[in-house]
Amino acid sequence: MSDDILEQAANWRANGTGVAIATVVSTWGSSPRPVGSQLAVDAGGKFVGSVSGGCIEGAVIKEALDAIATGRPRLLDFGVTNEQAWEVGLACGGKVQVFVERLD
Amino acid sequence: MTPDILAKLQAARAAKRPVALVTNLRSGAQKLVFDGESEGPLCIDIDMMAGAIEMLKRDESGTLQTGAGAIFVHSFNPPPRLLIVGAVHIAEPLARMASLAGYGTTLIDPRRAFAASQKFDGYTVTTDWPDEAMAALKPDARTAIVTLTHDPKIDDPALEAALASNAFYVGALGSRKTHAARLERLAAKGFDEAARKRIRGPVGLAIGALSPAEIAISIVAEITQVRRGA
Repeated sequence: MSDDILEQAANWRANGTGVAIATVVSTWGSSPRPVGSQLAVDAGGKFVGSVSGGCIEGAVIKEALDAIATGRPRLLDFGVTNEQAWEVGLACGGKVQVFVERLD
Repeated sequence: MTPDILAKLQAARAAKRPVALVTNLRSGAQKLVFDGESEGPLCIDIDMMAGAIEMLKRDESGTLQTGAGAIFVHSFNPPPRLLIVGAVHIAEPLARMASLAGYGTTLIDPRRAFAASQKFDGYTVTTDWPDEAMAALKPDARTAIVTLTHDPKIDDPALEAALASNAFYVGALGSRKTHAARLERLAAKGFDEAARKRIRGPVGLAIGALSPAEIAISIVAEITQVRRGA
Protein backbone atom coordinates (compact mmCIF):
# COMPACT_ATOMS: atom_id res chain seq x y z
CA MET A 1 0.00 0.00 0.00
CA SER A 2 1.25 3.47 -0.85
CA ASP A 3 1.38 6.28 1.74
CA ASP A 4 0.23 8.61 -1.02
CA ILE A 5 -3.55 8.38 -1.12
CA LEU A 6 -3.92 9.39 -4.77
CA GLU A 7 -1.14 7.00 -5.79
CA GLN A 8 -2.89 4.16 -3.97
CA ALA A 9 -6.16 5.12 -5.70
CA ALA A 10 -4.42 5.06 -9.09
CA ASN A 11 -2.81 1.69 -8.30
CA TRP A 12 -6.14 0.10 -7.34
CA ARG A 13 -7.77 1.48 -10.47
CA ALA A 14 -4.88 0.27 -12.68
CA ASN A 15 -5.55 -3.22 -11.30
CA GLY A 16 -9.14 -3.01 -12.50
CA THR A 17 -10.75 -2.29 -9.11
CA GLY A 18 -13.48 0.33 -8.71
CA VAL A 19 -12.23 3.29 -6.67
CA ALA A 20 -13.78 6.38 -5.08
CA ILE A 21 -12.03 9.38 -3.53
CA ALA A 22 -13.48 11.38 -0.62
CA THR A 23 -12.15 14.88 0.12
CA VAL A 24 -12.87 17.27 3.00
CA VAL A 25 -14.01 20.46 1.21
CA SER A 26 -15.28 22.59 4.12
CA THR A 27 -14.94 22.56 7.89
CA TRP A 28 -16.55 24.55 10.70
CA GLY A 29 -15.46 24.57 14.32
CA SER A 30 -13.13 21.98 15.74
CA SER A 31 -13.20 19.40 12.96
CA PRO A 32 -10.45 16.84 13.28
CA ARG A 33 -8.96 16.91 9.75
CA PRO A 34 -8.24 20.01 7.65
CA VAL A 35 -9.73 20.91 4.27
CA GLY A 36 -8.05 18.86 1.56
CA SER A 37 -7.75 15.67 3.66
CA GLN A 38 -8.54 12.63 1.55
CA LEU A 39 -9.69 9.03 1.80
CA ALA A 40 -9.51 6.55 -1.09
CA VAL A 41 -11.82 3.52 -1.05
CA ASP A 42 -11.75 0.46 -3.30
CA ALA A 43 -14.78 -1.60 -4.35
CA GLY A 44 -13.93 -4.21 -1.72
CA GLY A 45 -14.09 -1.63 1.08
CA LYS A 46 -10.33 -1.29 1.61
CA PHE A 47 -9.36 2.31 2.34
CA VAL A 48 -6.36 4.60 2.89
CA GLY A 49 -6.27 8.08 4.39
CA SER A 50 -8.83 9.80 6.59
CA VAL A 51 -11.45 12.56 6.53
CA SER A 52 -12.02 12.68 10.31
CA GLY A 53 -10.58 11.16 13.43
CA GLY A 54 -12.48 7.98 12.62
CA CYS A 55 -15.97 9.35 13.44
CA ILE A 56 -17.47 9.43 9.95
CA GLU A 57 -15.25 7.11 7.93
CA GLY A 58 -17.82 4.30 8.06
CA ALA A 59 -20.56 6.46 6.55
CA VAL A 60 -18.19 7.96 3.96
CA ILE A 61 -17.04 4.49 2.87
CA LYS A 62 -20.69 3.41 2.46
CA GLU A 63 -21.35 6.43 0.22
CA ALA A 64 -18.07 5.80 -1.63
CA LEU A 65 -19.13 2.23 -2.45
CA ASP A 66 -22.42 3.61 -3.80
CA ALA A 67 -20.51 6.21 -5.85
CA ILE A 68 -18.33 3.41 -7.31
CA ALA A 69 -21.50 1.52 -8.29
CA THR A 70 -23.46 4.46 -9.75
CA GLY A 71 -20.76 6.92 -10.84
CA ARG A 72 -22.73 9.72 -9.18
CA PRO A 73 -20.60 12.24 -7.24
CA ARG A 74 -22.05 13.50 -3.96
CA LEU A 75 -21.52 16.14 -1.30
CA LEU A 76 -22.03 14.87 2.27
CA ASP A 77 -22.63 17.00 5.36
CA PHE A 78 -21.67 15.80 8.81
CA GLY A 79 -22.30 17.72 12.00
CA VAL A 80 -22.38 17.14 15.68
CA THR A 81 -25.08 14.63 16.59
CA ASN A 82 -25.10 14.83 20.39
CA GLU A 83 -26.81 11.69 21.66
CA GLN A 84 -26.23 9.90 18.37
CA ALA A 85 -22.53 10.78 18.41
CA TRP A 86 -21.78 7.08 18.61
CA GLU A 87 -23.46 6.71 15.22
CA VAL A 88 -22.53 9.15 12.46
CA GLY A 89 -21.28 12.51 13.61
CA LEU A 90 -18.38 14.30 15.15
CA ALA A 91 -17.94 13.96 18.86
CA CYS A 92 -15.71 17.06 18.79
CA GLY A 93 -18.63 19.34 17.92
CA GLY A 94 -17.31 20.40 14.53
CA LYS A 95 -18.91 20.14 11.10
CA VAL A 96 -17.40 18.86 7.88
CA GLN A 97 -18.46 18.65 4.29
CA VAL A 98 -17.03 15.75 2.27
CA PHE A 99 -17.09 15.40 -1.51
CA VAL A 100 -17.14 11.82 -2.81
CA GLU A 101 -16.33 11.03 -6.45
CA ARG A 102 -15.64 7.91 -8.45
CA LEU A 103 -12.28 7.50 -10.14
CA ASP A 104 -13.44 6.61 -13.66
CA MET B 1 -12.35 12.12 -11.53
CA THR B 2 -11.01 11.04 -14.89
CA PRO B 3 -7.85 8.92 -15.13
CA ASP B 4 -6.39 11.69 -17.31
CA ILE B 5 -6.85 14.36 -14.61
CA LEU B 6 -5.42 12.05 -11.93
CA ALA B 7 -2.39 11.14 -14.09
CA LYS B 8 -1.65 14.80 -14.83
CA LEU B 9 -2.14 15.76 -11.16
CA GLN B 10 0.27 13.04 -10.03
CA ALA B 11 2.80 14.03 -12.72
CA ALA B 12 2.73 17.65 -11.52
CA ARG B 13 3.17 16.56 -7.89
CA ALA B 14 6.09 14.26 -8.85
CA ALA B 15 7.69 17.18 -10.72
CA LYS B 16 7.14 19.41 -7.63
CA ARG B 17 5.07 21.75 -9.79
CA PRO B 18 2.34 23.63 -7.88
CA VAL B 19 -1.15 22.78 -9.15
CA ALA B 20 -4.73 23.36 -8.01
CA LEU B 21 -7.45 20.80 -8.71
CA VAL B 22 -10.70 22.72 -9.22
CA THR B 23 -13.93 20.73 -8.85
CA ASN B 24 -17.55 21.70 -9.41
CA LEU B 25 -19.16 20.07 -6.36
CA ARG B 26 -22.50 19.62 -8.14
CA SER B 27 -21.37 18.03 -11.41
CA GLY B 28 -17.98 16.68 -10.35
CA ALA B 29 -16.38 18.26 -13.46
CA GLN B 30 -12.74 19.20 -12.89
CA LYS B 31 -9.87 21.30 -14.14
CA LEU B 32 -6.20 21.46 -13.21
CA VAL B 33 -4.98 25.04 -12.80
CA PHE B 34 -1.28 25.83 -13.00
CA ASP B 35 0.28 29.27 -12.82
CA GLY B 36 -0.19 30.29 -16.44
CA GLU B 37 -2.19 27.40 -17.90
CA SER B 38 -5.00 24.97 -17.18
CA GLU B 39 -6.22 21.59 -18.36
CA GLY B 40 -9.50 19.71 -18.09
CA PRO B 41 -13.15 19.90 -19.08
CA LEU B 42 -14.56 22.14 -16.29
CA CYS B 43 -15.34 25.62 -17.62
CA ILE B 44 -14.26 28.39 -15.26
CA ASP B 45 -14.13 32.09 -15.92
CA ILE B 46 -11.04 34.25 -15.74
CA ASP B 47 -11.85 35.57 -12.23
CA MET B 48 -12.23 32.08 -10.84
CA MET B 49 -8.98 31.05 -12.51
CA ALA B 50 -7.22 34.01 -10.87
CA GLY B 51 -8.84 33.12 -7.53
CA ALA B 52 -7.61 29.52 -7.79
CA ILE B 53 -4.06 30.65 -8.63
CA GLU B 54 -4.15 33.07 -5.68
CA MET B 55 -5.23 30.26 -3.31
CA LEU B 56 -2.53 27.98 -4.72
CA LYS B 57 0.10 30.63 -4.02
CA ARG B 58 -1.16 30.98 -0.43
CA ASP B 59 -1.18 27.16 -0.14
CA GLU B 60 -4.86 27.22 0.78
CA SER B 61 -7.68 24.88 -0.18
CA GLY B 62 -11.34 25.78 0.13
CA THR B 63 -14.78 26.18 -1.37
CA LEU B 64 -15.81 29.19 -3.47
CA GLN B 65 -19.47 30.04 -4.15
CA THR B 66 -20.04 30.93 -7.80
CA GLY B 67 -22.96 31.38 -10.18
CA ALA B 68 -22.32 27.82 -11.41
CA GLY B 69 -22.53 26.41 -7.87
CA ALA B 70 -19.92 25.62 -5.24
CA ILE B 71 -16.39 25.12 -6.56
CA PHE B 72 -13.68 23.41 -4.52
CA VAL B 73 -10.09 24.54 -5.01
CA HIS B 74 -7.62 21.90 -3.79
CA SER B 75 -4.06 23.25 -3.70
CA PHE B 76 -1.18 20.83 -4.17
CA ASN B 77 2.19 22.46 -3.45
CA PRO B 78 5.49 20.63 -3.15
CA PRO B 79 6.23 19.63 0.47
CA PRO B 80 7.92 22.26 2.63
CA ARG B 81 11.66 21.70 2.94
CA LEU B 82 14.04 21.36 5.84
CA LEU B 83 17.72 21.97 5.15
CA ILE B 84 19.90 20.54 7.92
CA VAL B 85 23.48 21.77 8.06
CA GLY B 86 25.65 19.21 9.80
CA ALA B 87 25.23 15.44 9.48
CA VAL B 88 25.81 15.11 13.22
CA HIS B 89 24.13 12.82 15.74
CA ILE B 90 21.06 15.04 16.21
CA ALA B 91 20.55 15.23 12.45
CA GLU B 92 19.32 11.65 12.26
CA PRO B 93 16.24 11.93 14.54
CA LEU B 94 15.65 15.48 13.25
CA ALA B 95 15.52 14.27 9.64
CA ARG B 96 13.21 11.40 10.58
CA MET B 97 10.79 13.51 12.62
CA ALA B 98 10.73 16.27 10.00
CA SER B 99 9.93 13.68 7.33
CA LEU B 100 7.04 12.37 9.45
CA ALA B 101 5.78 15.96 9.67
CA GLY B 102 5.83 16.17 5.87
CA TYR B 103 9.10 17.95 5.13
CA GLY B 104 11.40 17.09 2.26
CA THR B 105 14.73 16.96 4.06
CA THR B 106 18.22 17.68 2.72
CA LEU B 107 21.41 17.22 4.76
CA ILE B 108 24.39 19.43 4.04
CA ASP B 109 27.84 18.57 5.39
CA PRO B 110 31.12 19.10 3.53
CA ARG B 111 32.83 16.68 5.94
CA ARG B 112 32.41 13.47 3.97
CA ALA B 113 33.06 11.26 6.99
CA PHE B 114 30.06 12.79 8.79
CA ALA B 115 27.78 12.63 5.79
CA ALA B 116 28.68 8.95 5.33
CA SER B 117 28.84 7.93 8.99
CA GLN B 118 25.18 8.26 9.86
CA LYS B 119 22.15 6.46 8.58
CA PHE B 120 20.82 8.99 6.09
CA ASP B 121 19.39 6.59 3.53
CA GLY B 122 16.31 8.03 1.94
CA TYR B 123 17.38 11.65 2.43
CA THR B 124 19.20 13.90 0.04
CA VAL B 125 22.75 14.40 1.29
CA THR B 126 25.14 16.92 -0.21
CA THR B 127 28.82 17.32 0.66
CA ASP B 128 29.03 20.76 -0.97
CA TRP B 129 30.06 23.67 1.23
CA PRO B 130 26.95 25.30 2.72
CA ASP B 131 27.23 28.50 0.64
CA GLU B 132 27.35 26.45 -2.58
CA ALA B 133 24.65 24.08 -1.36
CA MET B 134 22.35 27.00 -0.43
CA ALA B 135 22.95 28.67 -3.81
CA ALA B 136 21.84 25.44 -5.50
CA LEU B 137 18.91 24.69 -3.15
CA LYS B 138 17.51 28.26 -3.25
CA PRO B 139 15.65 28.33 0.09
CA ASP B 140 12.24 30.01 -0.18
CA ALA B 141 9.31 30.94 2.07
CA ARG B 142 8.43 27.24 2.42
CA THR B 143 11.92 26.29 3.64
CA ALA B 144 13.25 25.84 7.18
CA ILE B 145 17.01 25.85 7.82
CA VAL B 146 18.73 24.46 10.91
CA THR B 147 22.47 24.50 11.54
CA LEU B 148 23.87 21.83 13.87
CA THR B 149 27.66 21.78 13.54
CA HIS B 150 28.75 24.48 16.06
CA ASP B 151 31.62 25.05 13.61
CA PRO B 152 31.63 28.68 12.36
CA LYS B 153 33.36 27.60 9.15
CA ILE B 154 30.30 25.49 8.28
CA ASP B 155 27.40 27.11 10.18
CA ASP B 156 28.17 30.76 9.39
CA PRO B 157 28.07 30.57 5.57
CA ALA B 158 24.80 28.63 5.88
CA LEU B 159 23.29 31.24 8.22
CA GLU B 160 24.41 34.09 5.96
CA ALA B 161 22.66 32.42 3.02
CA ALA B 162 19.63 31.68 5.20
CA LEU B 163 19.31 35.33 6.27
CA ALA B 164 19.60 36.42 2.64
CA SER B 165 16.63 34.15 1.78
CA ASN B 166 12.91 34.15 2.65
CA ALA B 167 13.25 30.95 4.71
CA PHE B 168 10.37 30.90 7.20
CA TYR B 169 12.51 29.39 9.95
CA VAL B 170 16.21 29.72 10.70
CA GLY B 171 17.59 27.92 13.75
CA ALA B 172 21.10 27.38 15.05
CA LEU B 173 22.15 24.79 17.62
CA GLY B 174 24.49 26.05 20.31
CA SER B 175 24.56 27.42 23.82
CA ARG B 176 23.68 31.03 24.65
CA LYS B 177 27.41 31.81 24.71
CA THR B 178 28.02 30.17 21.32
CA HIS B 179 25.00 31.98 19.94
CA ALA B 180 26.13 35.39 21.27
CA ALA B 181 29.53 34.91 19.58
CA ARG B 182 27.77 33.87 16.38
CA LEU B 183 25.60 36.99 16.41
CA GLU B 184 28.68 39.17 16.87
CA ARG B 185 30.35 37.60 13.82
CA LEU B 186 27.17 38.16 11.78
CA ALA B 187 26.96 41.77 12.96
CA ALA B 188 30.57 42.29 11.84
CA LYS B 189 29.52 40.96 8.44
CA GLY B 190 26.86 43.66 8.21
CA PHE B 191 23.69 41.76 9.24
CA ASP B 192 21.47 44.21 11.10
CA GLU B 193 19.59 43.41 14.29
CA ALA B 194 16.34 42.55 12.51
CA ALA B 195 18.21 39.99 10.37
CA ARG B 196 20.09 38.55 13.36
CA LYS B 197 16.87 38.21 15.35
CA ARG B 198 15.50 35.85 12.70
CA ILE B 199 17.88 33.18 13.98
CA ARG B 200 16.31 30.99 16.67
CA GLY B 201 19.09 30.30 19.12
CA PRO B 202 19.33 28.32 21.27
CA VAL B 203 17.31 26.35 18.73
CA GLY B 204 14.01 24.65 19.57
CA LEU B 205 11.24 25.09 22.13
CA ALA B 206 12.45 25.15 25.73
CA ILE B 207 11.18 21.75 26.89
CA GLY B 208 14.31 20.69 28.73
CA ALA B 209 15.39 18.40 25.89
CA LEU B 210 18.55 16.41 26.57
CA SER B 211 18.86 13.44 24.21
CA PRO B 212 19.26 13.86 20.43
CA ALA B 213 15.68 12.65 19.90
CA GLU B 214 14.33 15.11 22.49
CA ILE B 215 16.26 17.98 20.91
CA ALA B 216 14.84 16.94 17.53
CA ILE B 217 11.32 17.06 19.04
CA SER B 218 11.93 20.57 20.35
CA ILE B 219 13.23 21.75 16.95
CA VAL B 220 10.39 20.17 14.93
CA ALA B 221 7.90 21.60 17.45
CA GLU B 222 9.35 25.11 17.04
CA ILE B 223 9.36 24.83 13.24
CA THR B 224 5.69 23.75 13.43
CA GLN B 225 4.84 26.66 15.73
CA VAL B 226 6.40 29.18 13.34
CA ARG B 227 4.88 27.60 10.21
CA ARG B 228 1.38 27.53 11.71
CA GLY B 229 1.69 31.02 13.18
CA ALA B 230 0.91 29.81 16.71
